[in-house]
Amino acid sequence: MNLVEGVFWFFSVWAVLSALLCITRRSPISSALWLVSTMFALAGIFVLLNAEFIAAIQVLVYAGAVMVLFLFVIMLLNIDASPRNLKGWPAWLLGGGLALVLGAELLVLSGYTSQRLANEFSSRPDGVDPSLVFAEGAAAQAATASQGVVGALAKPLFEAYLIPFEITSVLLLAAVIGAVVLAKKKL
Amino acid sequence: MLLGPSLAVSAVLFTIGVAGVLVRRNAIVLFMCIELMLNAVNLSFVALAQVHGVSGQIMVFFVMTVAAAEAAVGLAIILAIFRHTQSVDLKQLNLLKG
Repeated sequence: MNLVEGVFWFFSVWAVLSALLCITRRSPISSALWLVSTMFALAGIFVLLNAEFIAAIQVLVYAGAVMVLFLFVIMLLNIDASPRNLKGWPAWLLGGGLALVLGAELLVLSGYTSQRLANEFSSRPDGVDPSLVFAEGAAAQAATASQGVVGALAKPLFEAYLIPFEITSVLLLAAVIGAVVLAKKKL
Repeated sequence: MLLGPSLAVSAVLFTIGVAGVLVRRNAIVLFMCIELMLNAVNLSFVALAQVHGVSGQIMVFFVMTVAAAEAAVGLAIILAIFRHTQSVDLKQLNLLKG
């Protein structure tokens, strides 16, 4: 196990433990703070996966803006840590069972490597070079080397994905207006 | 590459989010569990972006924007519900039961 893998597992255990604490704490405030901790750990994992820009956005937007919004609303409504915040044991049994089934199903994904992905993608059971199948991945690595992390992300975002990007701004505008209309007592 | 381990962590986090939605009764914590699931999906997008090129990371960008919009509107709805029923307990929201 090299250093990168060690750091990866450190962040993974951190993320999973914080997520478990997030769904089991009674007080909504501690739930929110444990969720912030999960997001920090995920930002660390993003750095290890060569997505430094996404890691920065994760900390700024998710752990910063979105979770502060949650904390604001929790404190505004003055929700206390009553035992009624958690359901009784039948819900825990049912929820835990369903979650275990779903988790077992999703954990099949953990067997994937880029080699297996390339084999299934090109439907050739014999070995294929993954860099031949996923030419875009190799091109992205070259772009990161020449243009930097943000440059390699910005170029496709403002060229190939320009229209979705603009639609996103309309979505944000609609969300702002909707939030104001819903939260206002009287218009 | 860490592709398989990342997908495994993503699966575990998504499962924890689903379990949270099933066992919590507080509407705000339910929203936080949904954010947890979105984060798990973001992790698998980033992990696959290593193989498939940068479009996975751009999808994460869009997912984050949608999550921010969803949080703003959802929390406004919760505020309106609280003003109406003085509670965010999902047990109280049974008007459609007849």
